[in-house]
Amino acid sequence: MNIHEYQAKRLLHEYGAPIANGVAVYSVEQAEEWAKKLSGPLYVVKSQIHAGGRGKGKFKELGAEAKGGVRLAHSVEEVVANVGEMLGKTLVTKQTGESGKKVNRLYIEEGADIERELYLSLLVDRSKSEIAFVVSTEGGMDIETVAAETPEKIFTLPIAYDKGVAAADIEKLNNALELEDKAREDGRKLFPLLYKAFTDKDMSLLEINPLIVMKNGRLRVLDCKASFDNNALFRHPDILELRDLTEEDPKEIEASKYGLSYIALEGNIGCMVNGAGLAMATMDIIKLYGGRPANFLDVGGGATEEKVTAAFKIIMADPHVEGILVNIFGGIMRCDVIAAGVVNAVKEVGLQVPLVVRLEGTNVDKGKEILEKSGLNIIPADDLDMAAQKIAAAVKGA
Amino acid sequence: MAVLVDKNTKILVQGLTGKTGTFHTEQALAYFGTQMVGGVHPQKGGETWGSVDGDHLPIFATVAEGREKTGADASVIYVPPAGAAAAIIEAIEAEIGLIICITEGIPVLDMVKVKARLAQSKSRLIGPNCPGILTPEECKIGIMPGSIFKKGSVGIVSRSGTLTYEAVFQTSNEGLGQTTAVGIGGDPVKGTEFIDVLEMFLADNDTKSIVMIGEIGGSAEEEAAQFLVDEAKRGRKKPVVGFIAGRTAPPGRTMGHAGAVISGGRGGAEDKIAALEAAGIRVSPSPAKIGRTLAEVLQG
Repeated sequence: MNIHEYQAKRLLHEYGAPIANGVAVYSVEQAEEWAKKLSGPLYVVKSQIHAGGRGKGKFKELGAEAKGGVRLAHSVEEVVANVGEMLGKTLVTKQTGESGKKVNRLYIEEGADIERELYLSLLVDRSKSEIAFVVSTEGGMDIETVAAETPEKIFTLPIAYDKGVAAADIEKLNNALELEDKAREDGRKLFPLLYKAFTDKDMSLLEINPLIVMKNGRLRVLDCKASFDNNALFRHPDILELRDLTEEDPKEIEASKYGLSYIALEGNIGCMVNGAGLAMATMDIIKLYGGRPANFLDVGGGATEEKVTAAFKIIMADPHVEGILVNIFGGIMRCDVIAAGVVNAVKEVGLQVPLVVRLEGTNVDKGKEILEKSGLNIIPADDLDMAAQKIAAAVKGA
Repeated sequence: MAVLVDKNTKILVQGLTGKTGTFHTEQALAYFGTQMVGGVHPQKGGETWGSVDGDHLPIFATVAEGREKTGADASVIYVPPAGAAAAIIEAIEAEIGLIICITEGIPVLDMVKVKARLAQSKSRLIGPNCPGILTPEECKIGIMPGSIFKKGSVGIVSRSGTLTYEAVFQTSNEGLGQTTAVGIGGDPVKGTEFIDVLEMFLADNDTKSIVMIGEIGGSAEEEAAQFLVDEAKRGRKKPVVGFIAGRTAPPGRTMGHAGAVISGGRGGAEDKIAALEAAGIRVSPSPAKIGRTLAEVLQG
């Protein structure tokens, strides 16, 4: 789960991280009232969406000459004018896709005098199974670009789980970031508290880009992105409260209510599969035969008839779907349960597109019998290869 | 011979008394008499578990007690996610040699903690979020369907559950059969990696060829490819067929498995396929042709 920049900053502030004063606003009126409480002379107005590249992003509704999703202002009046222009508009960045994201919240912050921009992140290094700091003196730009062009400027420091951030680790980070005097002092406080926030809250990524050294020699978190481990949210009700449903696809929200793993894609062949690996492989084989998958959908190992019906309805609700492929390899999952769920869903919502079903594994004969007896227009397939060919052909013919 | 488990393996079940644990323990007992020797439940020690087929197993309060009284050398875990890491650590502390964790959805930082404990122990952990291990006609641990297996010569290792079944089914249909299938699991932090299992398959005389099924995310497939190149230089080489799921997955989205995500331009399918091919591994172009591709490689 992702949260907004201002939420992440507030969270880090609770741990003692240095951030600027700021206010989050949902309306021009709020901006007028609250911006006055901040100190000038420089203000920053930042679009709050769950995507990076906001500064260089463009608003769909405004002209190409209009400023981006992060703007500087030199007076409260200028802040308010920018809020009026940005709020409710659609911001397109390199991470949002062409459709962009609607800006419902803005964060207004006091500006800073920047001396240097640095990069710092915390993540789980999966190859070593450890939490690691990744830092670079090249902040404020895309870290992937730094990694590609000047990999020697990226420093990775794994932290031993039993020991936490040791004094020697802090020195290494301070040296890697070339911090001196007051900034070095700030670093000693900042690194352990970031690690504590990361582990306390079960984050999967904490990225501060940039971390800045100000003209007064102090450190400040200028931008911040925090992602949390979905599997650990059960023990963090405070984090769950920060979830912004407007940032998520409504079909994905509906799917999550049933414990289904669903991701909307841009194609026209809906897929329902059991198991994440097989679901990905099914998307791949559809593409191999010239089709385009409309979604990833894993019904999981222990799906009930009700869950299968819900999954099928979610697929059918996508207006781009011109054909559906159901691919089940029953281990725990019984084919008769899948078949009954599909038949139920079709009876409830009707079937306007070709449906190919491939069943294999536990109770496969019972499953096939249920489909056959239903009298529905279902195209059966005996193996995955045949199933993918059939659905690709059926949709092309449509 | 097989790897990791055979007809002599004695297995405890942590989470036996739940619905999932009960169902799969019944299935295991019915599979060529897999030696399930007892269950563990902190509040139900001293009670007895009964299956629909009339089998009975003793329940112990701790893994240590269960191991002492049954001589178990393996433990399978069906405990729900919130308590699964503690269950793994209990098994490590009881010095169980082989721990298989089926549970899906364990917080990743819990697994970081588990890995730190594993590093100081002699236990091997398979999983979590995996389908388990199966040696045909000898031992079934976990949730794989026994009916699709056939005793034979292919070693199968996979990050995905149902794709393991595809590989098993297809190699059975080709008449090749399996020595052992190992599901290492779809989580980013896990007990056993491809390399560990490939090493076992290379060392096993009955395993004549290997199927390795990977997916997007991380760099375990690339590391496995490098391992096979290095071993081949030392004269240890067996035919290997690979498959990588997720060619069409969009970057930045976690595809069902917590570990299946292309992030920061890394972990994409094409890079993995290129790494495998560079190591001389034939990569099946389709998930439906894993068995056929292997048969072709073996025919030369």
